[in-house]
Amino acid sequence: MGPTAALQDVEVDYRGRGRALGPVSLTIEAGEIVALVGPSGCGKSTALRLLAGLEPATRGQVHRAVGRGETSVVFQAPTLAPWMSAAANVALPLELAGTPRPEARARAIEALARVGLAGIGESRPAQLSGGMAMRASLARALVTRPRLLMLDEPFAALDEITRRTLADDVLHLWSEARPAIVFVTHNVEEAAYMASRIVVLTRGPGRIAGEVRVDAPLPRPPGFRAWPVFAEAAEAVSGLLAAGAEAVA
Amino acid sequence: MNRAIDALAPAALILLLLAGWEAACRLTGVPAYFLPPPSKVMLAAVSGLTVLVPAAWNTLSVALVALVLAAGAALALALLVGLSPLLERAVRPLASALQVTPVVAVAPLILIWAGIDHPERAVIALAVLVAFFPIFSGTVTGLRSADPDLERLFDLYGASRLQRVLRLRLPAAVPFLMEGLKVGAGLAIIGAVVAEFAAGSGGVRGLAWQILDAGNKLQTDRMIAALVVLAVMGVAVHAGLERLERAGLRWWRGR
Repeated sequence: MGPTAALQDVEVDYRGRGRALGPVSLTIEAGEIVALVGPSGCGKSTALRLLAGLEPATRGQVHRAVGRGETSVVFQAPTLAPWMSAAANVALPLELAGTPRPEARARAIEALARVGLAGIGESRPAQLSGGMAMRASLARALVTRPRLLMLDEPFAALDEITRRTLADDVLHLWSEARPAIVFVTHNVEEAAYMASRIVVLTRGPGRIAGEVRVDAPLPRPPGFRAWPVFAEAAEAVSGLLAAGAEAVA
Repeated sequence: MNRAIDALAPAALILLLLAGWEAACRLTGVPAYFLPPPSKVMLAAVSGLTVLVPAAWNTLSVALVALVLAAGAALALALLVGLSPLLERAVRPLASALQVTPVVAVAPLILIWAGIDHPERAVIALAVLVAFFPIFSGTVTGLRSADPDLERLFDLYGASRLQRVLRLRLPAAVPFLMEGLKVGAGLAIIGAVVAEFAAGSGGVRGLAWQILDAGNKLQTDRMIAALVVLAVMGVAVHAGLERLERAGLRWWRGR
């Protein structure tokens, strides 16, 4: 099986703002977890939208080996529709794809249970805490059993304890079906903890400053943050970030 | 304690103003046709209650019918416009032109079209005209208010245009629609009253006609009594809609 998605010499220009990204080449292999790290405005969210097929590239080529409905995105905010219950929100991707409502609802309840939200199906998003809403959003992304899962700074608005728990939960969920995961973050420790490969982008318009591999078991064993591999990876990423910022400045 | 004072303050002010008014009338001996004392106005209101209440209902029912018609038309047009950006560009200037033209100026024309025998139709049409715009523009704004990331999600899962409208844009527009309905209802009452004035004594027996009729007979106390009823009705309708809106928002948000 070939790569799940790839960018080849891709550039993105936004009208009125000029170059936002590139040139960038990046290959996402099936089942790997890749972190995109870079300073604000380096185009990492743009790269994510390209890989998800939500945006066209101005130049270069985007290859996607996944079909419609096999890609899921978790955005920065939970992005749940306030007028629908949690279960209805999670069932939405299935219903849009034509799954009959009772079956979609049943699978939604099941997906909610898998992210630790059993029994809150009838609650509205406004009744959920920030962490719970993010979990519901994760359940909505997983309900279609995607082969490519995109996370766009998904835990940025959460407190440290919640984000650590969620990081472990995402890794456990990943180990069940092993989708390829691409996630964007500007948190170096989070990248080193969750990803098997960390791609560092330079200051905008982003180009690839370098890559760091984290050779350690996934999901992470307890106490992984004290391992030398973790500290070395974080150091290497920080070094690349600093070099990437200088290269442009 | 403070809350009781807060609640009583408006009533106290009204009583104070009424007392000053009454005293001024009695001390200066100003003629009653020019400025009747509030006691006379009260008497006129009580004795005219059997006329004023049906008249108020007449005006209110016209406004409500107009509101329903305006809401239906505005929602339908907003949906069409929401589906086609080209149509929106075409409709905008026309809708704005309609909005900035005063009802009184349009009234004579509508009265002619409605026909001498049916001034009540003209009154409803004019009230519809003023209530239409806030509902229309509110809904159009609302249809575009959905979270852009939710729109992307609909892209991602390949939603059809119809799915997008029914499952995303229309529900997202609900708070805007409710706000538009609230503003539209207030305007429908104003529109109905203005249109009644324009229709004159043509057989529409609403509150405006009461004011006109009393004015022609120089019965100032009746005029003021009708004005008071109109104001009370306006305040009651506004308060009712405010409550409905809040309940609606709670239902929409689930909290």
